[in-house]
Amino acid sequence: MVTGSEFRYSFVWVLLLLMPVAYTCQEMCVRLGAITKRGHAEAIFDAFGSFWGWFSLTDLTITDVLTITTEFIGMTAAMSIFGIRPWITEIFVITFIMAIVINGRYWTWEKIVLALCVLNLIYIPAAFLVHPNLSQVFFHGVIPGFPYGLTGPVIFLLMANVGTTIAPWMIFFHQSSVVDKNLRAKDIPYERADTALGATFTVVTASVLVIVAGTLLYGKNIDSAAAAARLLIPMNAYIGTFVAIGLFDAGLLGAIAISMTSAWAFGEVFGWSHSLNAKKGQSRGFTLFRLLVLVFAASIVLIPGAPLVTITLFVQVIAVTLLPAALMFLILLLNEEEVVGKYKNTRLQNILSGSIVGVIIILSTLYGLGTLFPGIFG
Amino acid sequence: MRAMNPLQRFVNKIREINKRYATPRIKLSRRTRLALLALRLYLIILVILLAYKFFTIL
Repeated sequence: MVTGSEFRYSFVWVLLLLMPVAYTCQEMCVRLGAITKRGHAEAIFDAFGSFWGWFSLTDLTITDVLTITTEFIGMTAAMSIFGIRPWITEIFVITFIMAIVINGRYWTWEKIVLALCVLNLIYIPAAFLVHPNLSQVFFHGVIPGFPYGLTGPVIFLLMANVGTTIAPWMIFFHQSSVVDKNLRAKDIPYERADTALGATFTVVTASVLVIVAGTLLYGKNIDSAAAAARLLIPMNAYIGTFVAIGLFDAGLLGAIAISMTSAWAFGEVFGWSHSLNAKKGQSRGFTLFRLLVLVFAASIVLIPGAPLVTITLFVQVIAVTLLPAALMFLILLLNEEEVVGKYKNTRLQNILSGSIVGVIIILSTLYGLGTLFPGIFG
Repeated sequence: MRAMNPLQRFVNKIREINKRYATPRIKLSRRTRLALLALRLYLIILVILLAYKFFTIL
């Protein structure tokens, strides 16, 4: 939303470029998970020893707790637009997240999560309602260019878009989910198609948001999606409501996935039963861990005067310490024949994934530095 | 046998994990070692910058 309000449609092409980038990273997780039957945390412990294992697990947990906190910030802000108090939103969210795994079947959990993903497409009708100028969207948005030049704020915003599309927890989440789903080598083509579909939906939803914000909020000073929804409601109640619901839904999806990520990673390393298919009572440690993470993250938001803006910025910096490591381990593991056998990266895949990972590392590092030292890019 | 308290159990579990993963399972090639060294240096620099920022804010 911020991208659209500041630069109109100018960077839709960046989002479109991120589609193959996201796919390349996630596809490697699919192969690694399906062949090794290990989540990313366990694979790092196993292949590179306990030092890198503990580093990844600790960094992942800190990143996850802080990211869930930012998801709660978004969800409570979205619901406050409808007059719902933050503590009510938080209790509902935690109860819902814990309840959807209660029947002990991975597939039920995935169906509920998929339904929430479909709800996220609520932004698409919003784009039709605002009647954007399609030729402008195409010529100023889809065709690559830098009409605002390569200034500091442009670089910072581009890096923010990359940082939110490729987050470290996604790598751990996707690999663990492939393992929990019990996918095998023969399922890799289906999971690749699933991954491509997911990457496409992500980019389409993000692009639509930029178009909505670029049409209605261009030139307005907004710093979050909740602020955008508040501004939009007086202009068009439907669009404002769609944005607020979409923001809540995105936060809920994030909290569901990220809380699962840490719990899966800890379960793998500590040897707890950590499957969503486990029978009731078998995975107490796994369930308790998720509950603790959610309650802790939600409590931070309720502390009066908590430095929520600092937390949001800190998440980005901490993620920068984990992302290069997670991506590098991914490529290293996919080059070991004794780990993935014939599914190791080909030379072409290495060139492609190596270039993508190299660019992501540079951009995310610059983003982290820009967050730590504002004004560094002019 | 005396029952262990949760903290003791946790410490024992960490020891067990450290023992299990004491040595990397894969044979680290020269390229992999170099990549891990670069990662260590990258992280050290990042931690120094974070610490600098933290102390200048205080």
